[in-house]
Formats: sequence, C-alpha cells, structure tokens
Amino acid sequence: MHDDPVIRVVSKVLIPSIMLYALYVQFHGDYGPGGGFQAGVIFAVGFILNAIVFGVNRGRHVWPSSLNLQCIALGLLIYGGTGVASLFLDGNYLDYNVLSGDPVAGQHLGILLVELGVGLTVSSVMVALFFAFAMRGEHVRLLAHDSTEGKEKAKTKPKAKPARKPAAKGAKS
Amino acid sequence: MSEFIVNASLMGLLAIIGVLIIQQHRLFAVIILSGAYSLSAAAWFVIADAVDVAFTEAAVGAGVSTVLALGTLSYVPREEKARSVEPLAMTISLGAGLLLLLAVLDMPHYGSDAAPIHNHVAPHYITQSGSEIGVPNIVTSVLASYRGFDTLGETAVIFTAAIAVFLILTGWTRKKN
Amino acid sequence: MNIDLLLTQWNYVLVIILMMVGFYTVIARGNLIKKMVGLNIFQTSVFMLYISMGKLVDGTAPILTGDAATVYSNPLPHVLILTAIVVGVATTAVGYALIIRIRESFNTIEEDEIIDAVNADLQAEAQS
Repeated sequence: MHDDPVIRVVSKVLIPSIMLYALYVQFHGDYGPGGGFQAGVIFAVGFILNAIVFGVNRGRHVWPSSLNLQCIALGLLIYGGTGVASLFLDGNYLDYNVLSGDPVAGQHLGILLVELGVGLTVSSVMVALFFAFAMRGEHVRLLAHDSTEGKEKAKTKPKAKPARKPAAKGAKS
Repeated sequence: MSEFIVNASLMGLLAIIGVLIIQQHRLFAVIILSGAYSLSAAAWFVIADAVDVAFTEAAVGAGVSTVLALGTLSYVPREEKARSVEPLAMTISLGAGLLLLLAVLDMPHYGSDAAPIHNHVAPHYITQSGSEIGVPNIVTSVLASYRGFDTLGETAVIFTAAIAVFLILTGWTRKKN
Repeated sequence: MNIDLLLTQWNYVLVIILMMVGFYTVIARGNLIKKMVGLNIFQTSVFMLYISMGKLVDGTAPILTGDAATVYSNPLPHVLILTAIVVGVATTAVGYALIIRIRESFNTIEEDEIIDAVNADLQAEAQS
C-alpha cells in the first residue's frame, strides 16, 4: 500500500478534512448531533488512516507514545478539574452554574470544557489502542531479542510469525 | 405504515447479517459482516430518532471496532474450526428468547407516551433544559451537565481500559518449558 | 389476543430475535473472535431495546426547535447508550488484547483446544 500513489494522494486530501470535521463535530455538538465522544473517535480515525497508509512507525512519529499517554490522562484531568473548579467557586462538584456570573453562560463554559476533556481522552485512547494492536508484533520481536542476549534462543523461536505484517495490510485495503 | 416497512426491513437486514455471521467460518468475513451490522444498526437508530447514538455507532461500531478486530486477526488463524449446529445451545437461546417474549407482553406499548420512562425526569429535561442550560441539543445538556457524574465515570472506564490494553500488550508471554 | 399484542410490540420482538442470534453465537461457537463478534451483536440489540423504549409516536430527534408543539423522543436512553457504545468498544479492545496473548501462549484461539491444553498441563503437573 505504501507504493500506491492513488491511496497516498487521496489520504493526504482526506486526513485534514477528517480532522476539520472532527473539530466541527466537537464544537457544534451543542447545536446538532455530535459531541466529545464522536469527535474524539473521528479525530483518532485521521491518525489511524495516516498510520495504515504511510506505515505504523511513521504514524507513531506524528503522535509519540509518551505524549499520547499524557493526553489520555490530561483529558480526564480537564473533566475532573472542571468539577474541582466549581467546588472552589462555592458550588457543588460539576455544578457549572458558578463558573461564570450568569448561570447559563457558566453552563456553556462547563459543557465546553467537559466535552473538550472527553474528546481529548477518547481520541488519544483510540489512537493508543490502535498502535498497541499494530505494534504488538514488533514489540514481541524486541522483547525476544533483549531476552535472548546471552541466553538460549530456542525459547523464542515460535514467536516469530513472519506472515503477520503483510497479512494485516492486505486485510485493511 | 411506511415507518413500519423501513423499520422492519432494517431489522430483517440485521437478522440476516446475524445468521450469516453464525454460518461463516472465515473470520475476515465475520469481522466485515459485524461492521455491516453496526452500520445497519446506525441506520436504524436514525429511524428511532436517536441521531447522536447513530453517529456514535457509525463512528465507533463500524469504524474503530472493525479496525481493532482486523488488527487482532493479523495475529490469529484466519479460519474457524468448522462446527455443526449445537442443539443444546439452540434450546437454551430459544428458551431464553421465549421467556423474553413473555416479558414483552407486559411492556408498555411501543411509542406510547403513557409509558413510565416518559413520565419521570425526561419531561423536565425536555421542557427546562432550554432555559436552564441554553443548549439546543438536549442529549448534550443531559450528557455533560445533568448527568455529568455518569459521563465522568464512563471517561474513567475508557481510561482504565486503555491502561489495561497497554499492560496486556506490552508484556510478553513466557513459553512453557 | 396475545398475537395482537405481539403485533403492536413487533419492535421488541425483533430486538429479541437479534439478541438470540448474538446469544447463540456466544455460547455455541468456540472461536474466541467469533464469541466477541456475537457479544457485539448481543450488546447492539440491548442498545436497540433501550432506544425503542425512548421512541414516541410522531416524535422527533431531541434537538430543541423552538416550536412549543414539537414532540421529542426521550433523550435519556440516548445519553445512556451513547456512553455505553464508547465504553463497549474500549472493553472489546481489552478482550481482543487478551485473545492475542492467548494465541501467543496456547497457539490456538479455539476454546476446546485451550481447555485440552490446560488439562494436559494440570495432569503433567500432578504426575511429576
């Protein structure tokens, strides 16, 4: 698939539009169907498409593993932090009325922050899940390599399954 | 009547896909059929007025879920071991279905506004959310504001599931001696 | 007279049929991936049961139109199911990850072969 110019060019056009659409779903969720959950998944699909077409290793460079894990936690922290902020402003936990002078404006702000947290968590979780599945083969190979240095090699032989990578890509095309 | 036809044909399509999934032994076909099942279910959710649910089902069920299943398929055998129809399993599932059909006789009529579900907190959400929250999409205001604790818990579940997958897939299996 | 009632409740009846298809796949098929797909069918049919209960005749999607005469379907089941779908895919991913590890340990994903391998191991342990 790396060599197919049609798929490469079309996905280069598609990926930015997918991400723009995700942002639309995220911020227009108050007025129409949509919200953090859907937007997060659509945003993640952009990264997954990039990784499928241009290779998993190149895809991982776009959103490195450490940043990805931090984003998962950051989204949940934004959600919980909104609740704590309302506690400090003399409200109940997750009571957005106190976030602003006007209760309705406070609700708007609270929903915006909460949906942002949900979107961030969901998108980074979906990307992380995809890479966890896609990089398992490489991971096993690296672990086997580490553990066989200076030890017997017979143990790790059954782990090498050479047919795995091309098969995965053929399945997705 | 036209709604019944659309509704029943989508449900029939879902049942056909379900039976095909049971019969099919090639796992690649099973996974693609399950994606088709999710997409048909999303279409049905639109008919049933649940546009947000349809959106989620189309993006998650038909999209990401299929990708993850195909990722798994690249590590496991492609063919299922052929099996015949299992009479015991068939009896159990038919019996459970019969019991549920008996329960359906006691359900409130489909689409009736006298059902208990429509007379508890839902009228408050529908009539008051416009002035209390000021967001046109009632699903968003219930999800993020009225039931914010619920959504916080769901987000935490997703977080935990991601951590679990990391722990499972970044370890490695010690071979038996 | 029960037949008449079933005709007005056809939606629930169809949901139950789908549920049984998923249930049969889960209990009768030994392949773990197929079990997961069956579980997904079962899960989706439960979602459809919830959405059916929230539907009103002549109702519309719960997005405020500003017209007081509009009838909206119940938004509460939509919220519950919306989050359930995303949680469902996250838990399904845990299941698939376990399947990969099972395949690496036992070299198979057929249930009966796994049980045989475990039993053989236990017997070998008991004899030694």
